Amino acid sequence: MKYRDAILIAAAVLASFAVLGTSLVTFTHAMTKDRIAENERQALLRSLYALVPQESVDNDMVSDVIKINEEDHLGSNETTVYRGRKLGQPVATVLTTVVPNGYSGPIKLLVAVRYDGTLGGVRVISHKETPGLGDKVEESRSDWIYSFNDKSLNEPPLEQWGVKRDGGVFDQFTGATITPRAIVQAVKKTLLYVRDHKDALYDRSPTIENQG
Amino acid sequence: MADISYRELIVDGLWHNNQALVALLGLCPLLAVSNTAINGLGLGLATTAVLVASNTTVSLIRNYVRPEVRLPVFVLVIASFVTAIEMGMNAYFHELHKILGIFIPLIVTNCIIIGRAEAFASKNGLQRSLVDGVSVGVGFTLVLLTLGGMRELVGQGTLFDQAHLMFGDAARGLTLRIEDFPGMLIAILPPGAFIGLGLLIMVKNLIDRRLAARAIARVDYPQGAEGAANP
Repeated sequence: MKYRDAILIAAAVLASFAVLGTSLVTFTHAMTKDRIAENERQALLRSLYALVPQESVDNDMVSDVIKINEEDHLGSNETTVYRGRKLGQPVATVLTTVVPNGYSGPIKLLVAVRYDGTLGGVRVISHKETPGLGDKVEESRSDWIYSFNDKSLNEPPLEQWGVKRDGGVFDQFTGATITPRAIVQAVKKTLLYVRDHKDALYDRSPTIENQG
Repeated sequence: MADISYRELIVDGLWHNNQALVALLGLCPLLAVSNTAINGLGLGLATTAVLVASNTTVSLIRNYVRPEVRLPVFVLVIASFVTAIEMGMNAYFHELHKILGIFIPLIVTNCIIIGRAEAFASKNGLQRSLVDGVSVGVGFTLVLLTLGGMRELVGQGTLFDQAHLMFGDAARGLTLRIEDFPGMLIAILPPGAFIGLGLLIMVKNLIDRRLAARAIARVDYPQGAEGAANP
């Protein structure tokens, strides 16, 4: 009998701490969730506006979103497409392209394509490339990623969409060719995809997303 | 155990029993996040906050928790605090939270915290546990900050890069940059962490040895003749 009591007390103690711990987490979650959601929204908006200037659009790009599954073209089975419009006219789309063949794993990009087919810009969101070599694709490490600004499928011509070693116009880095080569190819494929599906991308009605 | 003075508690946490340099606990976050001073400082402060909270709580409940379930209860307490602090950082230091990423939730598995809960807080009163939590936490933070600063300086030629992530835009001026120094890559890569930690431990042991030699000299030559014994 005594033995059973000990077990019951132990269980009760553990259970009450589980309840207390969960309450603390629930309470903190309730206190911070709005601020966290707002932070994430602001961070996303900042990165979108860096590619599509805020004054060039008048819609809420974070909500005007569709999800597409084009793994062959855009590298992932769920690509998010943010759409920018002004007075109802299409301005630009921003796609979350994934580069499947980085030097050490996939590289996630934001690729902004204006309605006229030129690039608003490209940014690397996340990667696992070698520090000091492949990580020069990051905006904070070098200006390389800006070399995509205003490029299109005509400028440079399609066959020059590559790194210089492959006869293209984009720089590679000393000691790291694979990363820039993979990114240039992924951006080119994104441009081709957007060219072929331009109006469909703007016309589809936004995907309703659950908060969080 | 209850006889140690607060002063000794603090000196132990910061130096003699520094959990990172002496006990070599918490190495996973220590080595992974110490690539810049600010990252190190951020994770160190988060760890300190968890340590203080868990030490305090464990000390308060130490007489009510049955010994058979004490470890699960400690883990529960620690995990709850870590989750709460992670949410707080996400809300108030969003960018830093993004950089530290997985290492904030992983504070749960930092052996320093469960170690102090089990070895100290569960046997000592509230105030002592609080002091122990602060000094052990600050000791760990200082190692992270120093190692981060060393690796950042050697690896990319900066110090306190991205200070604004932690202290707001006003702190951008804190960043020091050595011009025309591209950095030695090895310091940023994982081997640099091991080498850096090794150097820190070496320096600590050298200082300890010198202090010990001086103490012996003082005993041998009470008339202040240290110089002779310790050239």
